[in-house]
Amino acid sequence: MAAYKPVVVPACPKLGERITQDTLYWRGDKTPVQIKEFGAINKVDFSPVTPYNYAVTASSRIHVYGRYSQEPIKTFSRFKDAAYCATYRDDGRLLVAGSEDGTIRLFDTAGRAPLRQFDGHTKPVHLVGFLSDKYRIFSGGDDYSSNLWDIPSATEIVSYTEHTDYVRCGCASKVNADVFITGSYDHTVKLFDARTKSSVMTIEHGHPVESVLLFPSGGLLVSAGGRYVKVWDVLKGGQLLVSLKNHHKTVTCLCLNSSGQRLLSGSLDRHVKIYSTTSYKVVHSFNYATSILSLALSPEDETIVVGMTSGVLNVKHRKPEERNEKSQKKRQPAYRTYVKGRSYMPKQEDFCVSKPVKRVLRKYDKLLKSFQSSKALDAVLEPPIMLHTPEVTVAVMQELHRRGTLRSALAGRNEKQVNLLLTFVARRVIEPRFTSVLVTVADMITDIYQPVVGQSAVVDRQFLKLQEAIGKEIDYQEELLEVLGMMDTLFATFTKKKDTYLEENTSNGFTDATETNTND
Amino acid sequence: YLLCAAGDFVKVHSVSTEETVRVMGGHGDLVTGIQLNPHNHMQLYSSSLDGSIKLWDFMDGIPIKTFTVGSKLLALYTLPSAEDSVFVVIPKRGERDTFQLVSVKLTKGAGQDLEAKELSVVLDGVGASPKHIAFGREGEYVVSVKEITLQVYFFKRKLLNRFSLRAVKTKGGDNQFSCVACHPTEDCIATGHADGKIRLWRNFHHKKEYTYSTLHWHHDIVMDLAFSVEGTRLLSGGVESVLVQWHNESACQKDFLPRLGSPIESISVSSDGSLCCTLHTDNRITIINSNLRFSRSIQGLIKSRDIKTGLVVDPRTKALVLNGEPGHLQFYCLQSDQQLFSLDIVQRQYIHQAGLKQSDLVKVAFNAQGTWLATVEEREEVTDPELELKLWFYNEETQSFKLNTRINTPHDNHITDMCFRDMDELENDSLILVTTGRDCVFKVWVMVEDTDPEAQQSVSWSCDFVGSYHNYQATNCCFSEDGSLLAVSFEETITVWDSVTWDLKCTFCHPPGNIRNICFGRLTCSKYLIGATDYGFLCCWNLLTCALEWSAHLNIVVLQPDPLSEHIAAVSWLSKESSLFVFKPNEPRPIYIQRNLCKEKILLAAFVPRDEPETTGSEKYLWLRRSQLFFLTDTQ
Repeated sequence: MAAYKPVVVPACPKLGERITQDTLYWRGDKTPVQIKEFGAINKVDFSPVTPYNYAVTASSRIHVYGRYSQEPIKTFSRFKDAAYCATYRDDGRLLVAGSEDGTIRLFDTAGRAPLRQFDGHTKPVHLVGFLSDKYRIFSGGDDYSSNLWDIPSATEIVSYTEHTDYVRCGCASKVNADVFITGSYDHTVKLFDARTKSSVMTIEHGHPVESVLLFPSGGLLVSAGGRYVKVWDVLKGGQLLVSLKNHHKTVTCLCLNSSGQRLLSGSLDRHVKIYSTTSYKVVHSFNYATSILSLALSPEDETIVVGMTSGVLNVKHRKPEERNEKSQKKRQPAYRTYVKGRSYMPKQEDFCVSKPVKRVLRKYDKLLKSFQSSKALDAVLEPPIMLHTPEVTVAVMQELHRRGTLRSALAGRNEKQVNLLLTFVARRVIEPRFTSVLVTVADMITDIYQPVVGQSAVVDRQFLKLQEAIGKEIDYQEELLEVLGMMDTLFATFTKKKDTYLEENTSNGFTDATETNTND
Repeated sequence: YLLCAAGDFVKVHSVSTEETVRVMGGHGDLVTGIQLNPHNHMQLYSSSLDGSIKLWDFMDGIPIKTFTVGSKLLALYTLPSAEDSVFVVIPKRGERDTFQLVSVKLTKGAGQDLEAKELSVVLDGVGASPKHIAFGREGEYVVSVKEITLQVYFFKRKLLNRFSLRAVKTKGGDNQFSCVACHPTEDCIATGHADGKIRLWRNFHHKKEYTYSTLHWHHDIVMDLAFSVEGTRLLSGGVESVLVQWHNESACQKDFLPRLGSPIESISVSSDGSLCCTLHTDNRITIINSNLRFSRSIQGLIKSRDIKTGLVVDPRTKALVLNGEPGHLQFYCLQSDQQLFSLDIVQRQYIHQAGLKQSDLVKVAFNAQGTWLATVEEREEVTDPELELKLWFYNEETQSFKLNTRINTPHDNHITDMCFRDMDELENDSLILVTTGRDCVFKVWVMVEDTDPEAQQSVSWSCDFVGSYHNYQATNCCFSEDGSLLAVSFEETITVWDSVTWDLKCTFCHPPGNIRNICFGRLTCSKYLIGATDYGFLCCWNLLTCALEWSAHLNIVVLQPDPLSEHIAAVSWLSKESSLFVFKPNEPRPIYIQRNLCKEKILLAAFVPRDEPETTGSEKYLWLRRSQLFFLTDTQ
């Protein structure tokens, strides 16, 4: 004997973005904090140690912000001109920054005055960074050179002048203290080894390189320039793995999350895209007010900081997930006996007799089971179901229609209920996944309630709304048909060309030959 | 034991194991009634349309006596009070559609075959159905219902009372009598009506002062009624397939046993009152114990109203697959005459109500390994039919099919045919499904792998190609054996497509008449394409030369290739008889002809591979489906 089968709610494909785990993850942010800086923000860098302060380089100042502070907790303003690329050392105690006048300054994060000053670049320095041995600094300047400096003695160790244009970005390897890479506007990314006199590897990106990034393993290199983000395999001698073209303006900054599973890219087109590093597909994207120049993710992925050309700093914090744990704690059983039965593990020789699982039916299913069609319809017209899962409402309507009781279920309603019903229909009838059912419903409603039109202002308004929605949809469809017609003519011209091409082949007896081949 | 009349036989089932214990055959026609001998519970009377009553010992399954009556027997009743006579319903001589209840004196002669000629008419003008007559308390009276009159005949007083109802035609039906049952100890008659009401009649000894009370729960015709042995409970059943138990004849106390699967045809209660069983329209018996709990069911091949799916053979189990219960697919084992399992395809509650259009399964296809199953269900609708294409994957762990993809409205109109590309050697990735629809297109569905590593399913199906030909309706589709070519018939034309590039290769046409069936030859004959048309032509085209090889003038209804050899079976329907032709496509002369196979129209046929090849003759079993009955024919 069969049990009652609950109504199958068809999973209609929703138009638009698919909701994945990623979407949910990245959406779980609090409302962003906006901080106004003096100029375009060219670099944001997080301190690698707690409390994860971050240094923001804008105009001639470097502001250091705390995790939740909206005011800078520290400011370095000893620059005569614009400062660039303030970067923390691995231990978070030193900060280095380049500047427009070609000098590089080294600060103690606790102090205020620069500890060291490195002179040698003749043009502005847009790139500075620490090598992973902590005692050396690499830099790149607009004088086409990239230099290596010794911190204790404040002297230049080596200078490479291999780039043929501005050096604007770079990155140090975390596994090898001697290796760093620089990207330049001459469309190349060069890999340098401090032990040699020249570059070890050159990768042709094809566009002015705006940002480079090395994976923590050091095996993969990501470069951004133009509209492209390209991933290279360094260990295979700079082989191109994948080229991503998801932005429609220049990509300016790159960033990895703490686990290395997601790659973020920011661009002048005001978007931040998040890629999965396994499939290199965009899994999520953020939209910002203006063009993005810099981007950073805090070491525990808690905060995303985005710096923009307008000088606005956008800080997004993730919502803490502690609340969930608390509610789980509450649900723990209060009775000992309850726990006892649960924790009992059957032995191997035991017979397991499973209790028949009682299936819990939804309210509308219970009502449908007892053939109370009108009440079942009422149950699915309740606001939580109607608003959040309209497909359930529509599925029940369809089931009632199948049973032939939809008309009686719709009839005999008061003003408030009709209003509710019409609101739902007017809102959802244009959604393609519901149209076929709701058109029938709308038809029946108009049939049933035709005699009472004019008695209630609320219902009349809803009818007008429905009419408007349908009218709009018809116009829209007509427009679509026109477009389709245009496309058909376009396609027709294409196929004609192809046909002539085929005919030529037939005259050669080519197709005949292939045909016999396939038949054999 | 449970006894039931099935066709020409009486079957004995075991109540505890639901197996068929014994089959008692001997009647020459349909068995119409069986009754236990009231004086010996090991004996059974059976009546048949061939005009004989047989007395059986059902424990051993041997006939004891045969009484020949000489006219068609439509129902059989026995009474403990009437010592050596039984009651039968026979058609009245000289008049059509009138029947009379007669008592037959069974002579106590020696020997097996006896003639029973002593007939005495008890009641005239009774209904033909066995449900229309019931015998009251200890055989004191007999009740018969017909249309809107109720007749009670008292044996002792020789009195006949007639009661009639006012003919009321309502929306649901009218109040005609549909069945009758008598209380075992009291003077009470229960009658079922076509509008779903049950009336309980009392005091019917008086012509005027009779009373009746009404019980109403059924919304459609009451098919059968039965009192429990003590008479305190009344069981009723109808098309709702709900067994209703009424307590003490009161309308408020009732129990239900819902969702028995299909409409209840008749109800019977065992003599000790512990069990009752219901007989359903779909060839199934359900045994229910006394506290109204489902106990077990005996079922054979489920008779569906309409075999829309055709006969398909499951490549895995070699079982025959066809429509079962509404919305279900049944897997039926031919060798053991058992239903292996029933797969719920529609997954929707079936409402048993007349005139309601429910979605039902219309097409089924398996791939060559039996790992994928495609089903199409549709619901008739005036404006546009509701279609759904479902793809099922065989799950090795659970040993059943699991729903993989559900496609809503795959075509805008009815789907006419569907086939998989059968390729044994290639791996699953190249699996292709083709559906043809009355919306003038055929669609090619392919499996796509979901690259997203976090997705639950790794594969799903999506549409790959839509082809059409001059806006003709697509009617049939068929893949060649190696899967390289697809033939799709569009009304009068057959088109052949390359299955790699989906280019139209060539077309064949044999006017007049639409194409009814197409199939490719197999093995050595794979270069031939066979087609059958509406106006009685069977044509064979050579695909290499693209020319007609031969044609024959035959009205072919069924064209079925044997999957294991190059033979093709064709069943023709000509001047009210079916003939079978078995041929090889490479020669126009058939290998085997069987004329006058049967009088009925053969609608479907399927080759079922044998477990071991037969040594003599051609090695195949042919399964044929007539308009009503299933039967096995060996084409030796």
